[in-house]
Amino acid sequence: MDDAPSEDSAGAGTQAPPALRVVGVTRRFGPLVANDAISFEVARGEILALLGENGAGKTTLMNIVFGHYVADEGHVEVAGRRLAGGDPRAALEAGVGMVHQHFTLAENLSVLDNVMLGTERLWRPRSDRRGARARLAEIARDAGLEVDPGALVGQLGVGERQRVEIVKALYRRPRVLILDEPTAVLTPQEAEGLFATLRRLVADGLSIVLISHKLGEVLAAADRVVVLRQGKVALSCAAAGASREDLAAAMVGHAVAQPRLSPARPGPVALCLHRIDARSDDGRVALHQVDLELRHREILGIAGVSGNGQSLLADIACGMAKPRAGLVSLDGEVRAPGSPHRFLEAGLGRIPEDRHAAGVVGDMTVAENAIVERLSDPRFSRMGFLRKAAIRMHAELLVADFDIRGAGPATRTRLLSGGNIQKLILGRVLSEHPTIIVANQPTRGLDIGAVAYVQGRLAAARALGAAILLVSEDLDELLALCDRIAVMYRGRLSAPLPAASLDARKLGLMMAGGAPEGTHAA
Amino acid sequence: MRLEPRESVPAWLSLLAPACALVATFGAAAALIAAAGAPVRQGFEVMLAGALGSGFAINEMLTRATPLILTGLAVSVAFRARLWNIGAEGQLYMGALAATALGTGLIDLPAFLLLPLLVVAGAIAGAAMLAWPALLKTRLGVDEVVVTLLSNFLVALLVAMLLEGPLKDPMGLGWPQSEPVVAAGELPKLVPGMRLHAGFVLALALALAAWLVMSRTTLGLRIRAVGHNAVAARFAGIGVGRTILWTALLSGGLAGIAGVGEVAGLKGNLTTDLSPGFGYAGIVVATLARLHPGGVVLSAIFVAGIFVGADAMSRGVGVPSYVADVIVASALLSMLVALLFLRYRVSRR
Repeated sequence: MDDAPSEDSAGAGTQAPPALRVVGVTRRFGPLVANDAISFEVARGEILALLGENGAGKTTLMNIVFGHYVADEGHVEVAGRRLAGGDPRAALEAGVGMVHQHFTLAENLSVLDNVMLGTERLWRPRSDRRGARARLAEIARDAGLEVDPGALVGQLGVGERQRVEIVKALYRRPRVLILDEPTAVLTPQEAEGLFATLRRLVADGLSIVLISHKLGEVLAAADRVVVLRQGKVALSCAAAGASREDLAAAMVGHAVAQPRLSPARPGPVALCLHRIDARSDDGRVALHQVDLELRHREILGIAGVSGNGQSLLADIACGMAKPRAGLVSLDGEVRAPGSPHRFLEAGLGRIPEDRHAAGVVGDMTVAENAIVERLSDPRFSRMGFLRKAAIRMHAELLVADFDIRGAGPATRTRLLSGGNIQKLILGRVLSEHPTIIVANQPTRGLDIGAVAYVQGRLAAARALGAAILLVSEDLDELLALCDRIAVMYRGRLSAPLPAASLDARKLGLMMAGGAPEGTHAA
Repeated sequence: MRLEPRESVPAWLSLLAPACALVATFGAAAALIAAAGAPVRQGFEVMLAGALGSGFAINEMLTRATPLILTGLAVSVAFRARLWNIGAEGQLYMGALAATALGTGLIDLPAFLLLPLLVVAGAIAGAAMLAWPALLKTRLGVDEVVVTLLSNFLVALLVAMLLEGPLKDPMGLGWPQSEPVVAAGELPKLVPGMRLHAGFVLALALALAAWLVMSRTTLGLRIRAVGHNAVAARFAGIGVGRTILWTALLSGGLAGIAGVGEVAGLKGNLTTDLSPGFGYAGIVVATLARLHPGGVVLSAIFVAGIFVGADAMSRGVGVPSYVADVIVASALLSMLVALLFLRYRVSRR
């Protein structure tokens, strides 16, 4: 077993080389060191979790492994063989497979076609579909990954599509499989199923790198954990002995406080949706007979697997989308739908789902983005002319009050990090003291420090009497922050339940369409 | 080899890149002059003298720059909102038509009333010419590039028809031209004996106004927000359709005024060859200026200088004056490349 030929002089030792070995990889972008002498190994038949905040260097590292970038220093070995830098084909041929966070499937092709895509030479006269079917059957038998080869990908659900992605990667018989945030779109139950599959795969000798920022699932699924912080390996340990607090501290560099809610004293109804029927612009998502009552001094959470209608619901509550039927009223007054401007004037604050696409205009300055919702406000303009000095002062106040780092009023907003853009949006909303806040995925993709900050600010707004509608895919966030939680499934909204009576497992069942447990008591 | 976006632009590069673009432009011009069999150095000397060599030359250059400033402003305002106005040529002719219709004796007013009236009427005519493509875009999603481009040919045919019909000068010996503008409707000359007219001052004033609107008013901020990110603008409560319509009125109005200036300031009447493509050249001018109103003035003068200088060169050393078109086109291309290098860097992988 120790006579495996090794290309690496130093690695010629007593055991088989690790499936993946990253040796002293450094990559700089101008003054920024994205990866700083990162080294780690993944053994055969092991799940390694790669943890880190946004900007910690995970993506850069994976791009180097795949040959999209060239490392300034260091190199990558697969099964003892050194990969040629900067050649994506070298990584594929050496047996590195990847399942991307955003699916890379052609919706108009069948599962079989998607799996075979790119594995055969173009000038082959006939494609070997029978062989491919046999290989799919083999994967189904060995890994328990059943897919219907003839099904059209466009008609599959999210969980099934992910299965196809994994089958597609396994089809090429990889040694190492890299999964980038694989559970982002899954319910807790689907995630558990995925981890069971991964366990079977590693038992057969595959090695897996799991990129994630969800601490709980990392501890549950991985054998070992590597935490990256600011491009360096901050912690490398066995998953068995580690705690969530240890990992969180290693990711941020200091201990993280959880937001705390004052006791609930819900006030009068602030936002009311009455029998809303709606359809999204692309026609994919529809809402059916949605009723919702949000009260002052309350945070109402909306849970759901993405694509079940939560975003459309939030858009209607923001005045961005027009329902086909039904009424929206703010503080008891029915409002004409589809007019963001009127909703703003009625005292509504909105945090959009996609902060880069909808939240800010990246090529305008921080100061301009800070007032872009209030252009006609006499504080910021007079007779159509901007009051530049007042606008600059307002921006300086926001930068200071909301801890927006690396920015002044004249900074182009595009240059800010995601967390600081979110703080800018939060500041733009909260500095107007809105009575109703619609927050759609306010902490998605933020690092732990920024998440705690945003959550703390929302909790503080609630304490001051604001009514907050919180749409989130992060069940821990909903359970920690909300007074009541309702679940969206296929365009229907469940009756809200007190958060205290729920846990992630119950929510997961409801997100998958199951009836809420324990409701008979209510 | 591939392009990577730059995080920040070093100051030396933002000066060097346009300078390199200029060198490349004149390098291409030198090659063409040499290919035409003319002495390169003498060609450039004649060209420079033709543009800047005398008071007359400078006057001619600024006269030529006047409509280019206005169409350049029209394009830069529209492009800021991502309203791709390719129809400045047609809007210019609409403005010229309005000035001709009102200024050739239909109305008898003193100059201080008639001149503003002609300018306003031309602006309205140009604005109307861009308003309907803008409405088609915002209401029905019709592509404005196609509509504005084709509308130029509509207007050209309309002008030809009117010059053969109701607007035809009975004293014009059968040429398709309008009656001359009355004396009260002529824009005053700035320098005695030269062709430079008050339209140039008006163009400078409008450039200043355009800069004020874009940088100092809520309308300008709305226009920029819509252009950079229409989704975010709508989310922030900005009426995107209404902003695009306002942009269209401003842009079309500026191009219409360019037409008034040519009729009432320079030519004195309307002909089918009033504009040798000033509307299209406005796109070049605005792009060279990176859509900045102040830059539009400079780049319009630069482009005008090339054209006037190339005319002189063709007379002096016998190089076809088409070389001006090539110089302007290669200036545009090399400027676009220079801008690309300001935004991206070339990485070996």
